[in-house]
Amino acid sequence: MSNQSSINLKDLFLNGIVKENTIFKLALSLCPSIAVTNNLKNGVFMGVAVLFVQVMVNLTISLMRNIIHPKVRLPIFMLVISGWVTVTQLMMAAFVPDVYSKVGLYIALIVAFASILARAEMFASKNSIIPSAVDGLGMGVGFLFALSVISFFRELVGKGSLWGHAIINTKPLLIMILPAGGFFAVGILMALFNWINARYAAKAAHASH
Amino acid sequence: MSSEFTKLIELIISASLINNFVFTRFLGLCIFFGVSKKMETAVGMSITFTAVMMVSAALSWVVFNWLLVPLEITFLEIIVFIGIIAGLVQLSDTIMRKVSPGLYYKLGIYLALISTNCIILAVPLISAGEKYSFIQSLAFGLGSGLGFALALIIMASIREKLELADVPAPFKGLPMAFVITGLIALAFTGFSGLITL
Repeated sequence: MSNQSSINLKDLFLNGIVKENTIFKLALSLCPSIAVTNNLKNGVFMGVAVLFVQVMVNLTISLMRNIIHPKVRLPIFMLVISGWVTVTQLMMAAFVPDVYSKVGLYIALIVAFASILARAEMFASKNSIIPSAVDGLGMGVGFLFALSVISFFRELVGKGSLWGHAIINTKPLLIMILPAGGFFAVGILMALFNWINARYAAKAAHASH
Repeated sequence: MSSEFTKLIELIISASLINNFVFTRFLGLCIFFGVSKKMETAVGMSITFTAVMMVSAALSWVVFNWLLVPLEITFLEIIVFIGIIAGLVQLSDTIMRKVSPGLYYKLGIYLALISTNCIILAVPLISAGEKYSFIQSLAFGLGSGLGFALALIIMASIREKLELADVPAPFKGLPMAFVITGLIALAFTGFSGLITL
């Protein structure tokens, strides 16, 4: 195990971004993927918040894995997660108040993310610190990537701007920044992700023959 | 008294239709997409949800206003609320198993799913943020539960039909469900302005 760890780390990192992308592949933690993605800035900050919580939770659980009694592990995981979410919430309220006023509720709800609890339970509670941190980083970057793509797409099409700066001068397709547009955007991007994956798999299968 | 009562009715309508959790607040989506494949599970989930939501709204209100506010530790609301919900779910699981095994057999599985659900946590968080009174929190919990039930049942009835539809391969399953939800959400925007609170 230890001699192949250098190879595994890279795979581990990529695993969270491509193979087990929280939003596009596992379809978990979907609430913020629509709620906060009507502009790029909110989407990116939400992604960074999740990335931070995921890495810190994985690190903490991994450090404590030998002293947590298996019978009480779930309440303890929840406690660790909500602790880190509170830290994130307070930091965002202090440093980026304009973003926080819009996404505050969804930051608090990171607590209920199945993906974070799942990584703590499935990975961090069984592995040492460095792989756990890398795993958290991969999952977090995958999430950040998904949110950035969705919010990039929605702000560009729905408002004709990026990060608040106007880019396209024609009349934008307003529906994309409305609630309904969020569902359309995620649906279309998910289909696109499936399509690319299917083509990639077909190509790989073709090359191995 | 009567104006107070109309206000409660308005709150229920607003929470269930205008600010429907699924279609305009985007909460509970994991469960929404997860259990809306069959009508039977959708109905079971809705019943369990509404009940837990109201009880957790009531309990959290008491703890928030009688404990966190006097002690000035409201920043701990997330940790406290999640603790209340986890405890409540565990408790109702145990009670249901003892008192009514038949019901437990039917609804027990949904109970386990509830503790990691964002809607259940969102109800006390929003109630605390909006400074609702005790009765208002209860009404808000009830309205939210009814709204979620409505969303689940509409979606389940559409998805049962969708099984037979010919959908393009990359859109099969979830992506299509998302697009359909978008269409329903579009219809629900028609409710905005129904009443003004």
